[in-house]
Amino acid sequence: MPKKTQITIDRSTFDSANKDQSKYKAKPGLSKEVVLEISRQKNEPEWMLERRLKALELYHNTPLPSWGPSLKDLNLDNIIYFVRPNTEEAKSWDDVPTDIRTTFEKLGIPEAEQKSLSGVGAQYDSDVIYHKLKKEWAAKGVIFENMDVAVQKYPDTVKKYFMTSCVPINDHKFVMLHAAVWSGGTFIYVPPGVKVDIPLQAYFRMNAELGGQFEHTLIIADRNSEVHYIEGCSAPRFDAKSLHAGCVELFVHEGSRMRYSSIENWSKNIYNLNTKRALVDKNGIVEWVNGNMGSGTTMLYPCSILRGENARSESLGIAFAGPGQHQDTGSKVIHAAPDTSSVIRSKSISAGGGVSSYRGLVRATPQAKHSKSSVTCDALLLDDASTSNTYPYMKIANSDMDVAHEARVGKIGDEEIFYLMSRGLSQEEATKLVVSGFIAPVIKQLPLEYAVELNRLIELEMEGAVG
Amino acid sequence: MLSLNNLHITADNKEIVKGVTLNVPAGEVHVIMGPNGSGKSTLANTIMGHPKYTVTTGTITFNNKDITQARPDERARAGLFLSMQYPPSIAGVTISQFLRAAYNATHTPAFSVMEFNKVLREKIDELEIDRSFIKRNINEGFSGGEKKRIEILQLLVLEPRFAILDETDSGLDVDALKVVMDGVKQFATPKRGVFIITHYARLLEFLKPNAVHIMREGNIVRTDGAELALEIEKKGFEK
Repeated sequence: MPKKTQITIDRSTFDSANKDQSKYKAKPGLSKEVVLEISRQKNEPEWMLERRLKALELYHNTPLPSWGPSLKDLNLDNIIYFVRPNTEEAKSWDDVPTDIRTTFEKLGIPEAEQKSLSGVGAQYDSDVIYHKLKKEWAAKGVIFENMDVAVQKYPDTVKKYFMTSCVPINDHKFVMLHAAVWSGGTFIYVPPGVKVDIPLQAYFRMNAELGGQFEHTLIIADRNSEVHYIEGCSAPRFDAKSLHAGCVELFVHEGSRMRYSSIENWSKNIYNLNTKRALVDKNGIVEWVNGNMGSGTTMLYPCSILRGENARSESLGIAFAGPGQHQDTGSKVIHAAPDTSSVIRSKSISAGGGVSSYRGLVRATPQAKHSKSSVTCDALLLDDASTSNTYPYMKIANSDMDVAHEARVGKIGDEEIFYLMSRGLSQEEATKLVVSGFIAPVIKQLPLEYAVELNRLIELEMEGAVG
Repeated sequence: MLSLNNLHITADNKEIVKGVTLNVPAGEVHVIMGPNGSGKSTLANTIMGHPKYTVTTGTITFNNKDITQARPDERARAGLFLSMQYPPSIAGVTISQFLRAAYNATHTPAFSVMEFNKVLREKIDELEIDRSFIKRNINEGFSGGEKKRIEILQLLVLEPRFAILDETDSGLDVDALKVVMDGVKQFATPKRGVFIITHYARLLEFLKPNAVHIMREGNIVRTDGAELALEIEKKGFEK
């Protein structure tokens, strides 16, 4: 009988920084020297260094975005853009240094392994220290690798896909930054016709104070393949404001199906400015599941570009904004081929003065005939001090498209709370039950242990915000 | 068991209940009748501690304890139960999830999932509710009659000591009314009390109350035996 594992999460797990024993740390601030040093230490090929330097130049010539949440407290000159932990890549759990292992144990990584999940990749600061893939998948040609290693081992594939057609290096200010200083992350390639039926997963954790995290995720699902990738992120709490600017590129080739699930629980002083995008070919399906409950400020709008006929995108998002938090999240879909369809469902919870905004875009080109899109945003406010905003943009360039949009904002009802309390639940239990019901449609899409974790995380956040 | 002592209740600064005094001892069933707007539902909700209502004067005591200022969950744990006239729906929360949370909040030791499910299935069958109902979200898309059955299901599973039934008989056809009232009869043992708010004397075909109170404009204007309900049904509240 398999050992039953309970995932318990203690907020202090996330908020305590391990003693900083990093092997190498760049000086604060972004310069050509830092970029050269990153590339040198990673022993990168010339083309990657060129890409970094080009991005750096673009970055210096591009202003900060003028829309969305305020970034005025983000001091880009104070951030350390490269940190390498004091450990080599580990092949098995025993090779991981003890204090790092303790942290991961608190986060439940070995449990995840015990539950026979197919692979665990964990990023500790800028290096992946633990990375394993079950042999059966490797035998089928599935590659699940640290992004840094992939640059060395699979240069042709990486050169072709890395920040070229999906998220080009000139996309926006923080993509340019990311391209200049990216480090670590995940590379997955699934060969044609291969179906990876157990989710692949990785955990990211940021640990050097002021350490930026710029991991890159590149997933390629070749024709008629299937893959589900799960990422969970948490960061300990620091005094100075830190930045996370990751990038995710998904290639969903003809007839393939990809699901990307991510739970982001960065600590409250982090600016989480992430870019995630999928290119979906003919008959391909991409599914996004995103949960955002940490960070001080989040700007995240996963985007699907449906460029092949009959391509589909489904996007589910949950955001929780507690005291002092601004969650500016949403989904984007570009319909660029006939018979494409998209579904966006977004749920947000605001409590204790938190602000959540849905900012989404549905765009259709003239080629996107017989396409359809449906957008539903539900917002739940737990008190009068909290805020919810909705900015749904639609740019439809053909008259032959079916577009539906629905937005609902509700305050948690006195009648509902009274009803539950009249059956013996405390006010806090009643509120938690209503919130868990509100997010249930999204939670149901997650594998069980992640569903449990997400529920717990939201409950923990509510303990600080409801009162 | 439940005593209301010179109870005055306001909502939005308007006095709705104006000095009600009543006592329902253990083992008794009391009925309150009265025209719309006379303050019956306000009384029921206030006994349960609804935050919308304020007790300005008077006390509510339950088992000799003053609960006038207690929170609704404290009252529930003390053994009070209100079957609501219009119970709200709660998205994403199933009846079984809700009932188990409520059971564990009001009982020690708590049931295991298996024990709980066994009890739940028994009661569901007694109330002739389709078993698939417990997987549905609370009151979402339920008909009026279905909501009332689910309220009585909660009564039978949670086994409180005192039940307040606010128009639980409204919106039920004769067959459903019989099932629901059988449930109430099963509940009304000598150690428990029942307080029924209704418009209809037909309920007395199923259950004989110890007292009937007539409420009008915030006061109890008359109290008598079961026969009073029949008189009201014939003649109306005017007199």
